Amino acid sequence: MDLSTIIELLGSTVRLGTPLLLMCLAGLYSERAGVVDIGLEGKALVAAFFSAAIAYVTGSVILGLLAAIAASLVFSLIHGLASITFRGNQLISGVALNFLASGMTVLIAQTWFGQGGQTPALGDVRYKPITLPFADTLEPVPVLGPVYHDLISGHSILVYVAFLLVPVTWWVLYRTRFGLRLRAVGENPGAVDTAGVSVARLRFTSVLIAGLLCGLAGSYLSTGLQAGFVKEMVAGRGYIALAALIFAKWRPWYALSATMLFGLLQAVALRYQNINLGDGIIIPVQFMNVLPYILTIIILAGFVGAAIPPRASGEPYTKER
Amino acid sequence: MTLKTTFLGAAATALVMAATAAVAEPALIYDLGGKFDKSFNEAAYHGAEEWAKETGGKYKDIEISSEAQREQVLRRFAEEGFSPIITTGFSFSTPIANIAADYPDVKFVTIDGYVDPDGHPNVLSVLFKEEEGSYLVGMLAAEKSTTGTVSFVGGMDIPLIRKFACGYAQGAKAAKPDIKVVANMIGTDPSAWNDQLKASELTKAQIAQGSDVIFAAAGASGLGVLQTAADENVYGIGVDSNQNYLHPGHVLTSMLKRVDLAVKEAMTEGEDLKTGVKIEGLAEDGVGYAMDDNNADLITDAMKTSVADAKAKIISGEIKVHDYSADNTCPALDF
Repeated sequence: MDLSTIIELLGSTVRLGTPLLLMCLAGLYSERAGVVDIGLEGKALVAAFFSAAIAYVTGSVILGLLAAIAASLVFSLIHGLASITFRGNQLISGVALNFLASGMTVLIAQTWFGQGGQTPALGDVRYKPITLPFADTLEPVPVLGPVYHDLISGHSILVYVAFLLVPVTWWVLYRTRFGLRLRAVGENPGAVDTAGVSVARLRFTSVLIAGLLCGLAGSYLSTGLQAGFVKEMVAGRGYIALAALIFAKWRPWYALSATMLFGLLQAVALRYQNINLGDGIIIPVQFMNVLPYILTIIILAGFVGAAIPPRASGEPYTKER
Repeated sequence: MTLKTTFLGAAATALVMAATAAVAEPALIYDLGGKFDKSFNEAAYHGAEEWAKETGGKYKDIEISSEAQREQVLRRFAEEGFSPIITTGFSFSTPIANIAADYPDVKFVTIDGYVDPDGHPNVLSVLFKEEEGSYLVGMLAAEKSTTGTVSFVGGMDIPLIRKFACGYAQGAKAAKPDIKVVANMIGTDPSAWNDQLKASELTKAQIAQGSDVIFAAAGASGLGVLQTAADENVYGIGVDSNQNYLHPGHVLTSMLKRVDLAVKEAMTEGEDLKTGVKIEGLAEDGVGYAMDDNNADLITDAMKTSVADAKAKIISGEIKVHDYSADNTCPALDF
């Protein structure tokens, strides 16, 4: 395996890992505040659709992105209304949103464009790859040149945003008052309430942040990586992001490594398909595809240190009993 | 109780008679890639539309959304008295074989699937010699390539798709014996027909390996391949329908599989449909390659001559293109 192959593989990892990273951070905000969000998939799906649809209709990527975020925020509000205001079961609300997204996107797409639940191909109305400064001049430098030119440079803006969001999330969670309260409300909402801080407002804020991030993820899928929306285009990545969140033990930097690890596994599975180890031992491609889930189960089973979720996650907060 | 049963029985008989008395309408069931995949299923749709326009006839069509629906939809259409019931995609062969005997008056057509005609007298299996069409586009790909590497992206890893890949590799090697052919499959389950993201990642990986002409036989996923090929300024090759128009100047040609003709023919024959097995190759114009305004500048005269020559030789039997599904091996490509 030479350098260019490794760079290509890592480039593929970044592209496949970025939507996972965005959705994983979304889940992190939500679950750290005590709201389990299994609806990441659905939110990213509506976002992907509206991003492509509005970008196609208006010819503007920015409007597409705004539409994606708006759609995803609406879904977040529904989730918040059901599970925070009315104290419904968070899992059921999330699953319902997933089903709603899956049906709604295809229906609207068919009504608007009549192409069988797809948007028309976007052509050039997409996020352009960004060439970082000096990428071309530095290319001849051995090792570092190609790494900078082909791996670090040349992605679309949302990739850089996603990577920047990791330190930002860390800073927000561990260095700000808002972050402290957000973590507290996921562990012991009663204590936060006693301190005179609104539990509902904190949880709504975090759920909306999750919506914003899912909007970015969906927009990146349909308008960055692809040129249009096709039905079910998120294809289970929302669930893999949840698995990555558990794998990362609800921490931002671990989330980065977990999603990039899962992205790498997918890239390897795509690139090498059945891996021949010699001596007739072949790792089938299916094994590589289930590996993220197997790893998550191993973590959950407590083999590699315990993964303890925020204590109050999944439970609606009732002020008085 | 008895009286009621008699009444109900009579009513049922009257219903059945009413249903069979009218001329049965044809029905069309699309495979999981969906009606508007711009490829295989869409070709079937165009065939049906053409038939409807020419004859003024009506037909019913449906897109299935899960594996479990195959048999359900077949049974529902058969019970409603549609005939012939035309299905696209190899996955329909098993459900048709399961239920055909229950509806002896209904004719079934499976395009790409094979149902044993001995046990199932009311089923027509339409098969194509994909290897022949793929051979020709493989020659074009090799002649167009400047890097010495061409590649193939398949949808689901099934013998049918390997048949495309194998024909393509044989054609490429016939045109340029030292060419390198890279082949990858998107997945091993039906979601592979609808995963453009994986398709474009595979395409990028193949371009990184030096490929500059990429043939996609992957249903709706193939759109991702053609898009990426256009983005990266190399050539893609479409499949089943003529896809040259999708990215003019970046789609070298399309390997045509005349599913539209097969559907139209079956609808025209209607209830008198001749059942059995039909195999459509170059000689029957069932497969071919697409030439139009969008790719006229890409194909040189020398390329045209050599492909036309090969086509004549395949029809006359002088060139034998190996069929992967005959023995599950390919002389030109390792999977």
